[in-house]
Amino acid sequence: MEGMSRLLVCPPDYFSIDYEINPWMRMSNRVDPDRARAQWHELMNVLGSQAGAVLERLAPVPGLPDMVFTANAGVVVGRRAVPSRFRHPERRREEPYFEAWFQSHGYEVTRLEEGLYFEGAGDLLGVPESPQPLWFGGYRQRSEMRAYTRLGDLFECEIIPVELVDGRFYHLDTCFCPLSGGDLLYYPPAFDRYARVVIEDRVCEARRLVVAEMEALRFACNAVCIGRHVALPAGCPQTVQLLQEHGYETHAVALDEFMKAGGSAKCLTLALD
Amino acid sequence: MALAQETVVLHGHIIDSLILAKVLDTILMMGGTFDLSEVRIGVTRGEPSRARILVRASSPAVLTDILDAIQPHGASIERESDCTVEAAPADGILPEGFYATTHLPTQIRLQGRWLDVEAIEMDVAVRVDRGLAAARAVPMGDVRKGEWIATGRDGIRVLPLERPQERDVFGFMEAQVSSERPHGHIIVDIARRMQSLRDARAAGQGAGDVLLAGGPAIIHAGGREALAWLIEAGFIHVLFCGNALAAHDMEAHLFGTSLGYGLTAGRAVPHGHEHHLRTINRIRAIGGIEEAVRAGVITEGIMAACVRRGVRVVLAGTIRDDGPLPGVITDSVKAQAAMRAALPGVGLALLVASTLHSVATGNLLPATVPTVCVDVNPAVPTKLADRGSFQAVGLVMDAASFLRELARELGWKA
Repeated sequence: MEGMSRLLVCPPDYFSIDYEINPWMRMSNRVDPDRARAQWHELMNVLGSQAGAVLERLAPVPGLPDMVFTANAGVVVGRRAVPSRFRHPERRREEPYFEAWFQSHGYEVTRLEEGLYFEGAGDLLGVPESPQPLWFGGYRQRSEMRAYTRLGDLFECEIIPVELVDGRFYHLDTCFCPLSGGDLLYYPPAFDRYARVVIEDRVCEARRLVVAEMEALRFACNAVCIGRHVALPAGCPQTVQLLQEHGYETHAVALDEFMKAGGSAKCLTLALD
Repeated sequence: MALAQETVVLHGHIIDSLILAKVLDTILMMGGTFDLSEVRIGVTRGEPSRARILVRASSPAVLTDILDAIQPHGASIERESDCTVEAAPADGILPEGFYATTHLPTQIRLQGRWLDVEAIEMDVAVRVDRGLAAARAVPMGDVRKGEWIATGRDGIRVLPLERPQERDVFGFMEAQVSSERPHGHIIVDIARRMQSLRDARAAGQGAGDVLLAGGPAIIHAGGREALAWLIEAGFIHVLFCGNALAAHDMEAHLFGTSLGYGLTAGRAVPHGHEHHLRTINRIRAIGGIEEAVRAGVITEGIMAACVRRGVRVVLAGTIRDDGPLPGVITDSVKAQAAMRAALPGVGLALLVASTLHSVATGNLLPATVPTVCVDVNPAVPTKLADRGSFQAVGLVMDAASFLRELARELGWKA
């Protein structure tokens, strides 16, 4: 039995669309704050009460609407945390708050050099149940390939860089979700052909759960897996069926308010070890 | 076509992730080429790998496009440092860590700029001027105390040879040494080169002098008339040889023999072995080869043709020389310097029937000069290639046959 899952989350008190930095964002597409709050609380309910995760809350900051997406705070491996270096200046203002949280919670913080873009667990995902520590790192859209060279040296683990080629799937966690049982939920067309070959090489066919385009565009891959529980956005029946066939207990949560900013379940959490 | 190149480094989990394969594919797809100058593969999956890639493109613009395309995949331009220089400790002594040259085009980096090393040749050092604005190849013996000499390997790069536009035998740029191969097409290619170099000179364009370094076997074997014709016809502009070739050439004129053998009868002539000594003595009495030609004593042959056509001649002596003839440089360091001074402008080198002069000339020639080495003994072109003159095309054949065939190809009627 694995240890208790701890997730860092941030309430959507100041969540809104204040700028456009991905193809999903439209300033005209206003967030309904009440609906957003309700959807977020429902997700927390699923993760905390039903899946049994421990939720650590980060205080939201006025004027930083995307802080709700804590997946981009950084990446945590053991007691070490590497805060993100955002590509877009709009989100760079979040960096000190995430870093301060890691510091105040006893993490050993390693900062990447300035100008080396890395957007945390949004782009760097570990594969559970692999014989040796194995990570996949999405690059090209937000994080840089060179960041994984640094992080691989730092964590002394294998990081396979995979190129993201579709701007709508701008973070790895929008199209790629390793599951606790060694399965992989993913959407292959978001990757270049080299990355697709590498993924196929590393994950056997029976373990690859391929998401259909329509549901990939609803961010079916932006799911949170805790043990056998998988929380994913509502509106992805085929993915739900696929997951259930592989023995997962699914929890579909309406998160369309967050899709207005190009984020869903996984983006709203950061796995803490 | 200017060649541009840059070294990039890829580091990390680049093998299993196919990042290296992707970068190399990208370089090729965009019209570049690469050399993997170093690949270190991690022993375990966790251990990172590293590759140094020399990227080449047909122009700086194409290179920039390629670098822009591969940098997102983690390829970073190698941090380059300037070349280090140290002062020569004494006349004729290089600093301990001096950079020893090859005969390939070489550049050194000074104050962030890459400069061509002028007058490159193999096995010498690189002297840097005080203003850090120029660099030149310098033989050990010529260095003066306090001169700046390039040391170490950082900030020094050797450029590969470009494949020439002409699709002739020189296009392969590799030593072909075999007595088993047909020679005809090679001689046709050489003749075509010489024709076009002469045409270019006549039109006042280009520096395309033809150098011939040769041994006395040219005379003994019967190649004298053909070579004299090539010089008279303006196909050869620089001649490197020793005491013997000049002496036997003039012996042939004065006595009809070469080292005592009648050139027409092919028999030893009574007291013929004295002929070359008498020839040398006569030229010494007159004062020199040029004087002998101008005085009408020597009217035909190789040396007469050289004087008439203003060919740059360097006569380099050896320890077995008789005489020697006036003008033979008996100090081999000075002879080497005189040969070096005659090289600028040479665009084709023919090294014919002389181990000594062929290797000495090969040592001085930059790799960019197309070179042919002709000898009846396959060991000579092989030796030349083994000593680094890989650009030399080797032809295993008799010197006279070569020169006659070449001259005929260029219009000699004999």
